[in-house]
Amino acid sequence: MAKAELMDFDKALELFEPVLGFEVHVELNTKTKMFCGCANEFGSGANTNTCPTCLGLPGGLPQVNKKAIESSIRLGLALGCEIAEHSRFARKNYFYPDTAKNFQTSQYDDPICHDGSITIELESGRLVTVEIERAHMEDDAGKLTHMGGATGRIQGADYSLVDYNRGGVPLVEIVTQMIEGAEHDAPEIGKTYVAAIREIAKALGVSNARMEEGNVRCDANVSLRPRGSNVLGTRTETKNVNSLRSVERAVRYEIQRQAAVLAGGGTITQETRHWHEDTGITSAGRPKSDADDYRYFPEPDLLPMAPSREWVEELRLTLPEPPAARRKRLQAAWGFANLEFQDVVNSDLLDAVEATVAAGASAQAARKWWTGEIARLANAAGVAADSLVTPAQLAALIELVEAGTLTDRLARQVLEGVIAGEGTPAEVVDSRGLAVVSDDGALIAAIDAALLGQPDVLAKIRDGKVQAAGAVIGAVMKAMRGQADAARVRELVLERAATIE
Amino acid sequence: MTYLTKLSAAALSELLVSKQVSAVEATRAHLDHITAVDTDLHAFLHVAGDAALATAAEIDARRAAGEPLNALAGVPIAIKDVLATRDMPTTAGSKILEGWVPPYDATVVARLRAAGLVPLGKTNMDEFAMGSSTEHSAYGITRNPWDRDRIPGGSGGGSAAAVASFQAPLALGSDTGGSIRQPAAVTGSVGVKPTYGGVSRYGAIALASSLDQVGPVSRTVYDAALLHDVIGGHDPLDSTSLTESWPSMAAAARDGLKDGALKGVRVGVIKELSGDGFQAGVTQRFTETLAMLVAAGAEITEVSAPNFEYAVAAYYLILPAEASSNLARFDSVRFGIRVNPDSGSLTSEHVMSATREAGFGPEVKRRIILGTYALSAGYYDAYYGSAQKVRTLIQRDFAAAFSQVDVLVSPSAPTTAFKFGEKLADPMAMYINDVTTIPANLAGVPGMSIPMGLAPEDGLPVGLQIMAPAKADARLYTVGAAIEQLLEARWGHTMLSQAPALTPTEMFASEEGAV
Repeated sequence: MAKAELMDFDKALELFEPVLGFEVHVELNTKTKMFCGCANEFGSGANTNTCPTCLGLPGGLPQVNKKAIESSIRLGLALGCEIAEHSRFARKNYFYPDTAKNFQTSQYDDPICHDGSITIELESGRLVTVEIERAHMEDDAGKLTHMGGATGRIQGADYSLVDYNRGGVPLVEIVTQMIEGAEHDAPEIGKTYVAAIREIAKALGVSNARMEEGNVRCDANVSLRPRGSNVLGTRTETKNVNSLRSVERAVRYEIQRQAAVLAGGGTITQETRHWHEDTGITSAGRPKSDADDYRYFPEPDLLPMAPSREWVEELRLTLPEPPAARRKRLQAAWGFANLEFQDVVNSDLLDAVEATVAAGASAQAARKWWTGEIARLANAAGVAADSLVTPAQLAALIELVEAGTLTDRLARQVLEGVIAGEGTPAEVVDSRGLAVVSDDGALIAAIDAALLGQPDVLAKIRDGKVQAAGAVIGAVMKAMRGQADAARVRELVLERAATIE
Repeated sequence: MTYLTKLSAAALSELLVSKQVSAVEATRAHLDHITAVDTDLHAFLHVAGDAALATAAEIDARRAAGEPLNALAGVPIAIKDVLATRDMPTTAGSKILEGWVPPYDATVVARLRAAGLVPLGKTNMDEFAMGSSTEHSAYGITRNPWDRDRIPGGSGGGSAAAVASFQAPLALGSDTGGSIRQPAAVTGSVGVKPTYGGVSRYGAIALASSLDQVGPVSRTVYDAALLHDVIGGHDPLDSTSLTESWPSMAAAARDGLKDGALKGVRVGVIKELSGDGFQAGVTQRFTETLAMLVAAGAEITEVSAPNFEYAVAAYYLILPAEASSNLARFDSVRFGIRVNPDSGSLTSEHVMSATREAGFGPEVKRRIILGTYALSAGYYDAYYGSAQKVRTLIQRDFAAAFSQVDVLVSPSAPTTAFKFGEKLADPMAMYINDVTTIPANLAGVPGMSIPMGLAPEDGLPVGLQIMAPAKADARLYTVGAAIEQLLEARWGHTMLSQAPALTPTEMFASEEGAV
C-alpha cells in the first residue's frame, strides 16, 4: 500500500487545529452473552458458543442479561454519566455476514448512560476533561476470517469463514463529545483517554480489558480545522485501533496525512479508515456519510428498561476509587519517586504491590521484589508476575528478610522454592535449611578458627587496620555457606580480634 | 375408525382416558383421513406419519403403566408451519426455507410434546404469514372444505382447513392481524388469539414481533381452552411473555355452559365494525346472534371506537416495518436455500441478494420494500412514528369501550370465504379484509372467532368475533362457550356437521366426471 504524503507534525499544527472524537467499545466479561444463555468465552472452538438466538435462526428471541445492564450502569457511573430513567434497545439494520440477524441490537435515542466526563492527566501534568456524550449497550458481531488472500482482508480473499462465538457478546460503546483544544497533545490525549477507559473498566471488574484480545477497541475520529476558521473540517474514522500506542500513532498519522492533503488543495473524504499496525499507516475503508441509514427503530422483542433510582444508587456505592485518584493516593502514601511509581504502574503491578503492603510489607520492599526478581522470573517464564506468588507469600518473605532470618540472596532461593510450590516461605526455609546462622556460638567458633588460621590478619586488626577484617568475614561467610548475617559477623570479628588469646 | 376423526378433542380424550381407544388408533384414524382427503385440500405441507404413530405408541405405553397424563395426551394435533419443530421441516410457507429442519422446538411445540399431544404434521400458510387467503404460500393453495373453489382464509388456512375437514381435532396457529380468527370464521371452526404475551413466541418465526401471537385452532370453544391451557403461561425465553399466572381456560369454558352464564354480561357492539363493506348474510347472522344474546339476558350496548378507522393503515406500516427487519436474517449464510447469482462475482452481498430474489414471493417482497421505506430516515416520523401514535389511540378506544362493557363483539370478517384469485391482484382489497381483526393485535387484547351460522346467500360459514380486555382471556372462553351452546341448541347440530362430505370417492368421482 502506497504511503500517503505526510506533513511534518509541528507544521501541521501550525496550519490546523485538530478536533478529535473517540468511540471506545468495551466488551463486558459477563458469564453469558447479552441476549442469550451462551457462554461469553474467548478461545472456544468455532461456533460452539451458539444457540438459535445468537445465530439469528428463525424463531430465536432475545432475553436481556441483567448482569450486563448492571455492568453498563456501573461503567456509566464511573464515567460520571447520568443513568437514564427510561432506556430501550433499538435495531440497527444492515446486512453483513458477521451479523447473524442482519441487524445489531443496540441503543439509539434512549441510551442507558449519557452526559458524563472524565479528566485525564497528560505526562506534562496538563489536565484534559473529555466529555462523554453517551455510553450505550449493544451486542457484538461474529468474527470473519478471510481466507486465501494475501492481506487477510476481504479484498482478494477466496472465501470467508464466520465464527459466531463472539456474536451477541455484550458491549458498551462509549462515545465522546468533540474534543477541541487538544493541539500538540492530540495523539497523547487519544492514548491517555483510551488508557483511562481501560483502567476504569478493569478497576470496576466489568471487563477483562485486554486490548490484545479485543476487549477494548477504539475508533478514532480526527478532523482538521484551518487556523482562523470556525468551520469544522471533514472527519475520518479510523476503526479498531487496538493498542494504546496505536491510538497515539493513528491520531498523529491522520493529522499529518490530512494536513498534507488539505495543504495541497485536496479535500478529505468522509470515510472509515483501516489502521495498519505493521506499517503504521491508515488506508481508506468505506465511505461513510452522516446519512448512513440504519433504519433504527425500537426493538419490539425487548421491553423498555427503567432502572430504579434505588438500584442505581446501590450500584454507585459499589464503585471503586477512581483509578487516577487511587494512583495519586498510593504514590503519596508509599513515597515513591515518579519513576519508581511509573515502573509499578507500567508493569501492571499496582494491585500486587498494594496487596503486599496491606499484608504487612514495606512499600519499597514490595516494589523492589515485584518489579525486580519476580518480574524477572515471570518474564523468563512468559507469565504474569502476579501469577507466580501471592502478595501474602511475598510479604512473609520480606518479613523474614527484615527480621534478619534471610539475606537477600537466601531470600531469592526461598522465592524459587515458593514458586516451585514447596510451601510458604517459612516452610521453604525449614525444608531447604536456608536460615541465616544467628547462633553466635557457631559464628564465634568459625571466627576464632579463621582468626587463628590467619595470624597476620589478626595482627593487622589489632593494629587498628579494621578493613583487614574483610578477609576473615569472607572466610566465615564461606564456612557458613552464606547463611550468616554479614553485619553481625563483622561485629563479632572485631570483638573476637580484641579478646582472642 | 373414521368416527374418531369426528370427535372433539375433549370427547376423544375421554375415550383415551377410559382406554376404549388407544392413541395409536386415534392417530391412525387421522392419518388415514389425511391420506384420503388432503391430496385435494392440501392443508398439510408435511405429514409425519411414522413419528406420530411412534409418539402415540409411547403415550399408550405410559398410560398403560399408570403414569398420570395431561387430558390431551394422545390427541393428535396439526402445527402451523411458522413454528419451529426439531423433527419436521419448518418453512413458514416460503421457498427460502425449503427443507429447513430447525435444531430446536418452539416453546409451544415443546409444551405440546410435554403434554403428550401427537403432532401429525405442519400446515400450509401464506408465506411468512403474509396474507388472508393462504394463496401466498410458496407450496400451493389450500382449499376450503366448504367449497373447494374458495380460500380457507389466511395466513393460517392450513390449520383451519385441517381442523374443519376433520384431519385433526386441534391445531396451532399464529395471529398477527387475524391469521387465526379469519380462517376460523371462513371455515366454520374456532380460533383464539390470546392476549399479547400470554403465549410464548419463542420459536415462532417472526412476522411482526409486536403483533404476533400463537393460539389454538379447534372445532369447539372447550377444545381451544384445553389447548390454551397447555401452551399458555410465562416463558423466560420470550421477553414479552407476561409473568402472571393464568386461570384455567378450560374451567372458564365450562363456566359458560352453566345456566344463565350470559345473564347480565355487558356486550359492546362496535359501531365502526358494521355496515358498509359487510356482506348482507354476515350482517344478518350477526344481528340474529345479538338478538339471541339479549334473549339470554345479556345487555347489548353500542360503543364507538373512532380510531379503528385508521387501524388498517397503521397496521400496514407497523407490520412491514418490523417484518423488513425480522426477515433480514434470511440471507443464505446460516440456513435455508442458497442461490448464486447468474452473473457477477460470488460476494456474500450478491449471493444474499440472489437468494432473497429467488426465495421470497411477491407479497413478501412488497412488504419488505414497504417496511424498509417506512423506517427510512426522513420518513420514520411520518410513517412508523404516526402509526405508533394511532396504535396508542386504538388502545385508548379499547380502554374506553371496556370501561362500559365486559366483551366486545363484531363479525370476525366482513365476508364469507372468497374465491381463489378474487383479491390476489388487488393487495388493498386483501388487506381491508382484516379490518375486523387487526384492532385486537394493535392493542394486544385477546380475540376469539366462533361460528355463528351460514350466510343465506352462499351457504358459507360466518364467524362471530369476541374480544376481551388484555389478560381477560378466560372471559372469552366463558362467553364463547355460552354462545356456542346457545347456537348449537338452536341449530340442533354443530356447524361443521353441515360441511359437505369430503370423501375420496367423491373426489375421484368428480375427477372421473371431468375426464
